[in-house]
Amino acid sequence: MRYRVIVGSAPGQTDPRGAGLCAEIATLGIEGASEAQTFDLYFLEGDIDDDAVEYLARELLADPVVQRYRWERLNGAPREEPLEAGTWAVEVCLLPGVTDAVAESLLAGARLLGVGGLTWAATGQRYLLRGRLSEAEVHRIARSLLCNEVIQQYRLGPILPARTAVRRDDVWVERIPLRAASPEELARLSRERLLSLDGAEMAAIQRYFAAAGRDPTDVELETLAQTWSEHCVHKTFKAVVDYEEYEGDRLVRQERIDGLLRSFIRAATERIAAPWVRSAFVDNAGIIDLDENLEVSFKVETHNHPSALEPFGGANTGVGGVVRDIIGVSARPIANTDVLCFGPTDLPFAALPAGVLHPRRVYSGVVAGIEDYGNKMGIPTVNGAILFHPGYTANPLVYCGCLGIAPKGRHRKQARPGDRVVVIGGRTGRDGLHGATFSSAELTHETGAVAGGAVQIGNPITEKLVLEAVLEARDRGLYTAITDCGAGGLSSAVGEMGREVGATVQLEQVPLKYQGLRPWEIWLSEAQERMVLAVPPEHVEELLEVCRRWDVEATVIGTFRSDRRLVVRYGSEVVADLDMEFLHEGLPRRELRAVWRRDVPADPGRLPPTDPGELLLRLLADPDIASKESVIRRYDHEVQGATVVKPLVGRRNDGPGDATVLLPLAALWPEGAARAPSDGGQPALALGCGLAPRFGMRDPYAMAWAAIDEAIRNVVAVGADPDRIALLDNFCWGSPQRPEQMGALVQAARACYDAALAYGTPFISGKDSLNNEYGDGAGGRIAIPPTLLISSLGLLPDVRLAVTMDVKECGNALYIVGLTRHELGESYLQRYLKLEGGRVPQPSPEGPALARALHAAMRRGLVRACHDLSEGGLAVAAAEMALAGEAGLHLDLRQVPRGDDADEDLVLLFAESNARYLVEVRPGDEPAFVEVMAGLPCARIGQVERIPHLVVTGLSGREVLNLPVRSLRRAWKGEAKA
Amino acid sequence: MTRVLILHAPGTNRDREAALACALAGGGPEVVHLNQLLSGERNLLDYGFLVLPGGFSYGDDLGAGTLWALALRERLGEALHRFVEDGRPVLGICNGFQALVKAGLLPGLDGGREAGEAAGRQATLTRNRSARFECRWVYLRPEPGSVCLFTRGLPGPLYVPVAHGEGNFVPRELPLIEELRARGQIALTYVDAEGRPAGYPDNPNGSAGNVAGICNPAGNVLGLMPHPEDHILPHQHPRWTRGESGGLGLPIFASGVQAGR
Repeated sequence: MRYRVIVGSAPGQTDPRGAGLCAEIATLGIEGASEAQTFDLYFLEGDIDDDAVEYLARELLADPVVQRYRWERLNGAPREEPLEAGTWAVEVCLLPGVTDAVAESLLAGARLLGVGGLTWAATGQRYLLRGRLSEAEVHRIARSLLCNEVIQQYRLGPILPARTAVRRDDVWVERIPLRAASPEELARLSRERLLSLDGAEMAAIQRYFAAAGRDPTDVELETLAQTWSEHCVHKTFKAVVDYEEYEGDRLVRQERIDGLLRSFIRAATERIAAPWVRSAFVDNAGIIDLDENLEVSFKVETHNHPSALEPFGGANTGVGGVVRDIIGVSARPIANTDVLCFGPTDLPFAALPAGVLHPRRVYSGVVAGIEDYGNKMGIPTVNGAILFHPGYTANPLVYCGCLGIAPKGRHRKQARPGDRVVVIGGRTGRDGLHGATFSSAELTHETGAVAGGAVQIGNPITEKLVLEAVLEARDRGLYTAITDCGAGGLSSAVGEMGREVGATVQLEQVPLKYQGLRPWEIWLSEAQERMVLAVPPEHVEELLEVCRRWDVEATVIGTFRSDRRLVVRYGSEVVADLDMEFLHEGLPRRELRAVWRRDVPADPGRLPPTDPGELLLRLLADPDIASKESVIRRYDHEVQGATVVKPLVGRRNDGPGDATVLLPLAALWPEGAARAPSDGGQPALALGCGLAPRFGMRDPYAMAWAAIDEAIRNVVAVGADPDRIALLDNFCWGSPQRPEQMGALVQAARACYDAALAYGTPFISGKDSLNNEYGDGAGGRIAIPPTLLISSLGLLPDVRLAVTMDVKECGNALYIVGLTRHELGESYLQRYLKLEGGRVPQPSPEGPALARALHAAMRRGLVRACHDLSEGGLAVAAAEMALAGEAGLHLDLRQVPRGDDADEDLVLLFAESNARYLVEVRPGDEPAFVEVMAGLPCARIGQVERIPHLVVTGLSGREVLNLPVRSLRRAWKGEAKA
Repeated sequence: MTRVLILHAPGTNRDREAALACALAGGGPEVVHLNQLLSGERNLLDYGFLVLPGGFSYGDDLGAGTLWALALRERLGEALHRFVEDGRPVLGICNGFQALVKAGLLPGLDGGREAGEAAGRQATLTRNRSARFECRWVYLRPEPGSVCLFTRGLPGPLYVPVAHGEGNFVPRELPLIEELRARGQIALTYVDAEGRPAGYPDNPNGSAGNVAGICNPAGNVLGLMPHPEDHILPHQHPRWTRGESGGLGLPIFASGVQAGR
């Protein structure tokens, strides 16, 4: 019997979701909606009767205090109910095969209540919309707000979810006639099967099978495509690059670069050779020492393409994926970071490219997806940034990072012959096929329709259980290697783990969500929340027992070999038999052409007369700069109790902290209990980030340097030791096949090397996401601004050294540290004054010495507050310090150390030169502070005042800005004037 | 030493902080998985103090705490009722509070087991008025007339974070708030920095009567939405760099450890 249960608010109770929906409908420009009501739908099927459904609805599905329910028996389609005039019903449910965690919990709840006959459940939502709405408007509301047709379906009326279709293919394992194929046929094959392999790569595969005297199976071809995908093997960063640099028409530099990764990124790490780096670029995450007993791991990934198609699911599984990277180095996740780049939220709907979701929808879906996964796993989301630019409209960027902690010496990473291949966690379905190859493809107006299978919804609770089971297994020493099942699924995980030894896998042993998967689909599925472990035979029983206790499914699916062959079988049938050496080393190295034309900035001339105060208020309200409190508060940033400098700081807990400081204690329970003296004194971690895509179009070298400089400044500002900072690089770029995009990439990578060496900050991990371009089907292309995210992980030798950016006491002095230059190119000032040209901020050679001196001052307790100068320059930084500390500031621009040509008030206030900080010092500490900073650009430029105004004296000696801190706060927080 | 059972259900995630808090408060905490109680590997009645910590048990998929409450009611009901009736202390934080309410142990006015069933439920914790999950620090006033053993004798307000999406305390009938107050069952209320009753965001979820925590009539079962376990050390205070301190949540755990002896 099949039933449908409808649960809604009881009369007199509020419906917060409905109220929120009404407001969102108004933002679509649809004015007619006067009321929206929301309901939850449950579909139940099995050997159940009316009494059982009544019991489940009452005890499980509806809250008796605030909700009411009704149910109906379904005979065929649900009946349409008559609605009053002016009312529309919209119902939404998931497409077959999409993860429905609530339905799984419903089945578990029914078992607890003794209703064993329930065999299938599904969920959905029902919306009643009232007002003057046309049918076309209701469809638009449904498509824009209620339903994403990549994973859901809707009807204007009762809906009936389909059960997962069991597809029966005639074909089981295909042999692909590769040996006889012409180059054109190879190209077509790559395109049609979504392999994303180029001609040379297809030819290499052809040669391998010609030598083997047979054609490949689909399993083998898919395995190669996945292993050789840009996502998994970083072909572009390993390619040989022929680089040419021009100034005007003159060739000024020409060289052959032996791989960007080897020549620049890893080269920096190797040359710095920091003794506290334990693992860089080899494992699932970079690992550094925290102290003699503990190590810290950090990884940042991107999940851009999935988030463009299905923002909630894309961001959700992005978080889940990077958390698995940390589990994959046997560590407990202690913090998440998220950096997001979107199109402008006020983009007119008419300007939206075909097939692209509106930035506002992407924004809200992505934030909800991050919130869901991080909060439910109990990992605090503590650091991030949100930027807006029209270039991100079709290609939003979603960077997800995770930090982990582990006792040293427990992570193991070498599977031995004879160890069992064990898969644990979620079941395998047809979800996420071709994710690894899809992530390397360009988005088009119809990607959503054809690549839907690459997008999924996560189940954070499953991953939480997997985490606990893995850590218990780690502490019992039950595995010899571990990795996550991410892009490329089992193929990637087993292929990597068995790289040196080989493996045999029996696909029929893999637990499936539903039947009907072909062997290649089981092998390549990117179903979420799975890990693969190498377990010595004598530990298998104990491992299975640990997993059972944590309610985690665990299955032996194969054995590691000793002959470096990868053998995949289904029952007795061999469906793949590949040589590990060819799989991992047979990929032909790419050769790419790169061209860079040096930026010759136009002289913007003198600045037009502008009121600095008015400009400051506009900048504070700019979406990039304005408060992100509404997002930050949706992330649990307190769970685990380690967040000792919070993302929001200051007198009212709402100022923009430069970086977060973590003192992990509870995460180490029970071993960490001894680490909890109440007076502090232990080392702590600082997490920051930097990115400056606005400079990327003009000068990618300056862009990358600025990102690194900002990431370092952020953690130095809260007290991190500049000699204990590790960096992560995440490049998001356009197509590397275009020489100018590649030229920009060379520039940025070279800056990474130069800046890392200058600061002595090694890279420990990095990723790249290329082909962030959108093709509209009519030949038009939009690429994102070249965007490099630098994440920084710093160490404070003692948590008590931590400094926050809010000014503390009236009468204290304010010092600016660093040199202000005439660098207004692509600044926020120029954006608001609609000016072009000018020099973008260049590397400041004094930056490393400044950071070290400032840290020395912090170690002596001479710094009461410190804020880094970035977007909007000195004016914005001073305003933020004042509003966070709720005190006045008086600044005198005549004292600011400046470059020769920085001779205007607006330049000193708004230039975005690198390597600058604003520092609050107690009067009694000034002599000592000045002594520590001696010989460096640093000057007293003002003091903290009791009268709560920001007052600035200009170069002429006259007052050029005077604003109440209250006004600054209102502008920055987006609050209406009282 | 008081043996403290920190009950871990699938999806629980603030168990380690609770354990650390109990240890700092002088107790002997042990994180025990629900499956270990169900299998008989551990016995609830061997412990002196039970903590139901925060998290998203079973994903909160059918309403916060609903499935955990069901598991407690259907599988552990007997032992749990004996534990409570012995007067041993029980502390439910956030998701643990939601589960205690939905299992009928709070406010527990009629004391009967039927209270766990939907028809007998007197109050609930539902979606925040803001319709959003929110993480922010709040001040909690210990209600002077409360019978709660955890909050009796607290010197002043607590200052601790909330982090939840479903913390809005809604009674079935409004007079329930007055009844709870009269019986001393309202243990903690949301106040502003000056200690006065206040609206959003000082009351972060819209709870009736600014209720942040309630206890059973006997005072040995306390449920609260905010997280005292996340403010047990001075450096967790949001403004310690400004020299501010105080409002630690540790005394809550100390009272539980004391009473659980």
